[in-house]
Formats: sequence, structure tokens, C-alpha cells
Amino acid sequence: MLAGRHGPAVKMAMSIVLQMAEVYGAGELMDITAAHIDSTIYIGEAGLEFAERLAGLGAKVAVPTTLNVSGLDEHGWQEWPVPADWARNAHRQMLAYQSMGCIPTWTCAPYQTDLKPHFGQQIAWGESNAIVFANSVIGARTERYPDLLDICCAITGRVPAAGLHLGHNRAGDLLFRLVGIPPSVQRDDSFYPVFGHLVGRIAQDRIPVIAGLEAQPAEDQLKAFGAAAASSGTVALFHIVGITPEAATLEEAFQGRQPQGTIEVTLDDLKSARRELSTAEGADLDMVALGSPHFSLAEFRQLAPLLEGRHAHPDVKFLVTSSRAMTHLARQAGYLEPLEAFGGKVTVDTCILATPMLPPEIQTLMTNSAKYAYYAPGMLDTRVAFGSLADCVHSAVAGRVTRDESLWER
Amino acid sequence: MKPRVIQGRPVVRGAAEGEALVSAEPISFWGGYDYHTGEIIDRRHPLSGEFAAGRILVVPFTRGSSTTTAVLLEAVRAGTAPAAILTTGVDTFFALASIVAFEMYARVIPIVALPQGAFQSLRTGDRVKVEADGRVLLLG
Repeated sequence: MLAGRHGPAVKMAMSIVLQMAEVYGAGELMDITAAHIDSTIYIGEAGLEFAERLAGLGAKVAVPTTLNVSGLDEHGWQEWPVPADWARNAHRQMLAYQSMGCIPTWTCAPYQTDLKPHFGQQIAWGESNAIVFANSVIGARTERYPDLLDICCAITGRVPAAGLHLGHNRAGDLLFRLVGIPPSVQRDDSFYPVFGHLVGRIAQDRIPVIAGLEAQPAEDQLKAFGAAAASSGTVALFHIVGITPEAATLEEAFQGRQPQGTIEVTLDDLKSARRELSTAEGADLDMVALGSPHFSLAEFRQLAPLLEGRHAHPDVKFLVTSSRAMTHLARQAGYLEPLEAFGGKVTVDTCILATPMLPPEIQTLMTNSAKYAYYAPGMLDTRVAFGSLADCVHSAVAGRVTRDESLWER
Repeated sequence: MKPRVIQGRPVVRGAAEGEALVSAEPISFWGGYDYHTGEIIDRRHPLSGEFAAGRILVVPFTRGSSTTTAVLLEAVRAGTAPAAILTTGVDTFFALASIVAFEMYARVIPIVALPQGAFQSLRTGDRVKVEADGRVLLLG
């Protein structure tokens, strides 16, 4: 491949993969059977030039490859003040990756599509929340692939044999033990993003193991936990004892080794993590944004009855970000009618962090996503309030941030 | 003052000189670095408001988003990237951005992995020279 017998695109991709193998300290490469590309996110001219260089050299992916969010809602961007030159460039980047034979899923939750990987499968995935979900919840194996490398792995079908591809690197490092957390809190949706935010901040680049969880988390709750931990930290793999597939027991999660340390997590710790996620309290609200990671069908189903017979305050925009496929299913199931009657909208293919869609008057944003809450102040220059799904709906109706504190502050 | 020398591992080889900008806090460039200006914009990060363009950025490793590499590549193209980046351990995200930046724009951003103790001895404002063999010279 490096000699160029497979064409110049493979040569360029292989050159980058091999240089990275040296960085990883990998003695050899290994095969993968799927990839997920985060390089689709339009950041600027350089990323576009990189994509068009590969596409222009005739690059084709060697394995089934899904695409992460892009910088544009391809068919809906004109409903928002997205600058036309941004839209043009972001769209060129979408076309470049599609021309390489990737499947245009345009979602940051590829693990909730038909193309989700299986236990033990060797894959090259980008997008921090997708990486942590694939490794932890499914038990597929991917390193934390950065943008630009993910596509090189997809084109060559090879990755450095290193990191989380290898079983012995998947043992837990740090033990987080939940102590005295009431079951009512453990069942609450906002427990998972709050706890994930706390775990990520403490674990940083180490592998956390969670013990003492009494509730049986739903898929979307694990998704929220992982996305939060991969935002405040660098978590690419977690284990929850008795829940995730490589952690039937504490011993299995640590592969028989001793934890580097044990952190006892109390309700007070969770309360303070929850406070960290909000920079706005009791403020006038301009927008509610849900769906980071992209909303699933189950989340649309959960939202619909909360909206029935109500209407968002005229000054509040109410937005759900999701994939085209999931939105189509939600439409068929009748979950979008209450959303539209409420005054809400859906944006697909992208999210509020990946496309400049927000009008400048949006100063206070509310969300149930720790990832949106974490990044919005820096990336969107907004104040942000974190709350449960119900809090978000109530606040949208009231036109100001209101949160039910009864579960947390007793 | 005589220069002190720290021997690091050259992850991506190259030479650079500049003023150190140091934090013990890991950083995400996605949502954390404005490539138009080189300003650190993660409002939760201790270096928030600092400009890293042309300086020697010293952080333990990258945190969070896998888009950090794409942002650093943009910064290289725009001329707002740090002159070099020093980390503890090998940071694969910074390394990749530097490798691709060379592939695309033939510009070198040296990446050096430092031993833990050496990392802690560096201070913002130190004049630092990075050598291609991974040596880091503190000029005072």
C-alpha cells in the first residue's frame, strides 16, 4: 500500500497510519471490519482541503464506514441563519466523504443504527461519545481515533495494533463506588449525565469502573453517561459491574489487578457535579436544545407525552437534534406531531456545536445533555442551564429556567 | 542563567523556540481553541483567554473531543498554532495533527513527550527551545 500499488490515496492514508503506529508504539498493524468517521465535521478550510485531497486522489473506504455529524443540515439549513459560504464548504466536505463510499448516516449515535458493531469486533471509530459507547456498552474494540486518522484507517482497513484493540489494555484503572445514592436518584435521567461528568473529570484518561449501581440503566442512559464522561474527561472505555459486557464481576473489570485508587461517590459529590454543569440559574430562557448525542426513537417517545397540549413560550426556541433515520421513525410513530404543535423543531445531520445555526440573540440555553452543557459556554458563548427532560419542557413553557430540585436538594 | 536541559521523547520531530504557556489541566481544542486567533476559549480551563499562537504550549494531554486534531490542523494552516507542544506521555491527537499538517502544508509543529518531573518544573513565561532530538532547553 505504501509503495502506491493501490493508488495514491491509499499511499497517503497508509503513510499516516504507519507514522501513527510508531507514535502508538505498535509493532504491527491489524485488520478492522468497520469504521465511523468524525472528520466529517466542518471546522475550516484545512479539513476540507484534506477531505478533497483524498477524494481527488480517488480514495475509497475498504470496510463498511458510517459518517458522523456534518457541519450542515443538508436540506434544512436555510431555516436557520447559517452563513451561505459555511453551508457551501460544509456541503463540499459532506460530498467528499460520500464520494469515498461511506454510508451517509450523518449521526453521532451510529451505535443506534442497523450498522452497530458487535461484541469483540475490531473497528476504527471517531467521535468521543461513539467511541466510549462502542467500547463500553457493546464491547467492540476501538482506540480513541482522532479526526483525520479515522478516514485513513477506513481507506486502508488497517490500524496500529495498540491501545484498546488489545484485551490487556482494557482493564479498569480506577474504582468509583456509589455510596448512599437513593434509588430514586439512580433511576432519574439526569443522574447519568451528572455522574458521567463527575467520573470523566476525575478519571481523565484512565479507565473507570463503576460499582454499586442498583438501577438497570437503559441504553440512552448509558449513552448520556458516556458522552458526559468523554467531554469532561478522555474516557474511551468504562465498565459498570454487573451491567457492561466485560465486567460481570469486579475482578473481571480489573482483570484481576488492583485498582489504582478508589473514589467513593456521595450524593453531595453528584450535587456539586450537577451545579458545575449550569452557568445560568433562574434566567430568562432563549432556547432549549436536546439531542447530544443524537436523539433516539426511545427519547422521542419519552418526550412526546411531556409536550401534549402545551406550547413553548413565544421567546423560546425548542430544538431536537437527531439523525435523518431516527427522525423518520419518530415521524412514522407519531412522535413529531406533539413536538411541532408545541412549537419545536428537529435539525438533522448535525448539531448546535457543529454548525453555526443559532441566532445571535440566543444567550441562555437549557439542555438535558451534559455534552451540550459542557461545550456551549465556550463554543457558543451562551450561558447554559442543565436540567432533566421534564425541566427543559417546563422551562420552555415558562420562558425562564426552572428546575425541580426535590430529587436533588432534600 | 545557564540553560537547563530536559530530555524528552520526540513524538513528532522538529525545532522551535518560544515562550512557554503551561497548565497542568488537559485541554480539548474542539470548543477550547479558536483557530482564527489562537485564543484558548474553554471557559472552564485555567488558560482561558490566553493566546497560544507561536508559544510553546505545555499541557499534560488532550481531553474530550476527537475533533481536537482537526482544529489544530486549521490552526497550522491559519498560522495560529502553538510553535511546539509539550505533553506528559505520548498524546496521539497532537501527534496526528502535526503529522497531517506536515503532509498537507509541509509545516512542522514539534511534539515532545516529557518525563513527569520535568513537566512540573516548567512555568508560563519561561523561554524554551525545542530541539529535533527531543531535548528541551530552558533559556531562562
